[in-house]
Amino acid sequence: MTGQPSHGQGGEVRSPYREYSDWFGREDAARIQRKAKQAEAFFRTTGITFNVYGEDEADERLIPFDVVPRIIAANEWRRLSRGIEQRVRALNAFLHDIYHRQEILRAGRVPVELIARNEAFLPMMMGMDPPGGIYTHISGIDIVRTGADEFYVLEDNARTPSGVSYMLENRETMLQMFPELFAKISVREVSDYPLKLLKSLAACAPPACGGTPTVAVLTPGIHNSAYFEHSFLADQMGAELVEGHDLRVVEGRVAMRTTQGYTPIDVLYRRVDDDFLDPLNFRPDSMLGVPGIWDVYRAGGITIANAPGTGIADDKALYSYMPDIIEFYTGEKALLPNVPTWRCSEPEHLKEVLDRLPELVVKEVHGSGGYGMLVGPAASKKEIAAFRAKLEANPRNYIAQPTLSLSTVPIFTKAGLAPRHVDLRPFVLMSPQGIRITPGGLTRVAMSKGSLVVNSSQGGGTKDTWVLED
Amino acid sequence: MLGKTAGSLYWMARYLERSENNARLIDAGFRIALTRSNTAAAEWRSVLVTAGQDYYFRQAHGADYSSQRVVDFMLRDPANPSSIMSVIKQARDNARTARTYLTREAWEAVNTSWMTLGALLRRQVREDDLPDVLAAIRQQSGLVRGAFAGTMLRNDGYNFARVGTFLERADNTARILDVKYYLLLPSVAHIGSSIDNVQWETILRSVSAHRAYHWLYGAEISALKIAEFLILYKQMPRSLSFCCDKMNDNLAWLQHAYGEETEAVRMGASICRDRLSRPIASIFDGGLHEFITDFLRANAALAQQIERDYRFVE
Repeated sequence: MTGQPSHGQGGEVRSPYREYSDWFGREDAARIQRKAKQAEAFFRTTGITFNVYGEDEADERLIPFDVVPRIIAANEWRRLSRGIEQRVRALNAFLHDIYHRQEILRAGRVPVELIARNEAFLPMMMGMDPPGGIYTHISGIDIVRTGADEFYVLEDNARTPSGVSYMLENRETMLQMFPELFAKISVREVSDYPLKLLKSLAACAPPACGGTPTVAVLTPGIHNSAYFEHSFLADQMGAELVEGHDLRVVEGRVAMRTTQGYTPIDVLYRRVDDDFLDPLNFRPDSMLGVPGIWDVYRAGGITIANAPGTGIADDKALYSYMPDIIEFYTGEKALLPNVPTWRCSEPEHLKEVLDRLPELVVKEVHGSGGYGMLVGPAASKKEIAAFRAKLEANPRNYIAQPTLSLSTVPIFTKAGLAPRHVDLRPFVLMSPQGIRITPGGLTRVAMSKGSLVVNSSQGGGTKDTWVLED
Repeated sequence: MLGKTAGSLYWMARYLERSENNARLIDAGFRIALTRSNTAAAEWRSVLVTAGQDYYFRQAHGADYSSQRVVDFMLRDPANPSSIMSVIKQARDNARTARTYLTREAWEAVNTSWMTLGALLRRQVREDDLPDVLAAIRQQSGLVRGAFAGTMLRNDGYNFARVGTFLERADNTARILDVKYYLLLPSVAHIGSSIDNVQWETILRSVSAHRAYHWLYGAEISALKIAEFLILYKQMPRSLSFCCDKMNDNLAWLQHAYGEETEAVRMGASICRDRLSRPIASIFDGGLHEFITDFLRANAALAQQIERDYRFVE
């Protein structure tokens, strides 16, 4: 790695970076250093912080932001977005099927017990038709790159994918810091995401809605780690940001308590988990949801986005079946490949995983946020031994994947540019009017050298993502 | 708008106002403690009573009313729900809850205040740094006010915040009078007789108005004039009359916008009409202490009525 932004294994400057690289070569490193500091102050003042669970509540942390954009060429993006669209379409079709006739189980393409014994499967959704037939109003598909033309889908996020506010604020920050760059290089816009989200949600209004749909964002409150994002999206959409205690069921509708009485909500973009939605029908100890919302939902009085029960589609045990699922519903081969996956629930798979533990990545089936996983090549002998014991005790709880040789992109460090591993989470909106993918998405970057873990809860950072115009 | 959001804006404004008032009270107490070391403890105690913090102070420190203890307690003690740091944190939490109703500038001003004061008050403040720290607190609150005035839509959210500001301010001025009224009483009989110089200055400094008073009344200092200035004088932005007029303007705006007359609107109007539309002599005739007690009670009842009428909580 030299002082120039380069990409991939060989050290050659990949073409989408050419213009940026020229610009960077002419820039003063001290000036960029100063800008990076400004960016941090900007994030603090704006309050783009997150709370880490289990830490002092007063300790609000910043997600590290890197000033070097990650750049994707127009033709690369075209290919990616076709694959993403296909995948999201299949996920939605799968959810509809699994909560209706379960054709895919009858056809034997997905094992019955994987659904029946899965905690993310919500039997109450059986036979239920969500407004517009949409389950995954918002999804995030995590993608990694391993070579010039090799992309893999790492996981699907069909519950409540987060991070879109970082995508938007990262761009805003770059525009403020380096306006001249955007004059030189044509980068596709992302700033209309909130309005597209609003339109997309409004297009899924329930039968009970008369007139312009009222959209609200449901948040667990200011102590939630993603509260910034919740308030940001509500603000940008011009929607109310509600908590469970603002809502109650009034005359068969879910209504919010305004200064002038109760007003019905048509579409609820909820950022709380299924379990907490309705203490009458789910977890009785939950204070986050609305007693009776389930009954309103069933009667067509409200749209819940994403639909309850979508978690079954992004379950990691199911992930390995995604190529079959895509083929089953779209009649096409998957355009974006899966990472090869061993299901530890299957004895032959488990044996192989145990044999090759030091070279694999092992994840909990229901886990998220990078918690509870083993990165074999980075783990000590002791950690591997401890993980082996956990794995043998409950193999069903794990899947394993090879450690991919992820491509790197440059980040700005005190010592100049340095390569780091990244992934990409494009955000996808779905409504009866179609699928919309915001160009790019959120690039998460492992800030420490050699690390493969990009999760913000584990010290990962983000950077702006550019999709170039043709 | 959501009742909760209205409540958050209202409380955010109350807490911001409170932090500024408390900074002023500390300033006034500090001056008197410097010049009169023999009565300093009694003075600090009356400052704590005015700020409604004496109960918490006694719980933590008993009767040890030393300057250092009291100042630290009022500035930054997390065990004190009204310490400036606690109050700023609550203001910021409320601002976060109401984030969607704030402009970026207004939110950033509140957030920056919280960050700046957090840094200033991380360690105990040395006595010789105190004036600078108090000035910084007042300056922060000025910046927030400026961001609000300059960028916020004049909608219901704005009006709820303003109601909170003036309700809190009226409460604060009335409390100062409540704690100090006995100083004003002995001289009432002879209008024009002067009261203890340092004491009256303390009262006027607590509302940042010792210069304004002289500008208005010249060199003559009398109990009646001070009381008139703080209670009835409509050009004085911390007088009860000024605060009530403003509050009623904001309540009237809400009544007009919502098209419904609430009990809160009626109560607000009655405070102005029944309590503040009379000459100062008549207030003294009825008893200054009784007047203040009644005002504080009416103000608190109005606060509760506002929470009910506009559904801040269920």
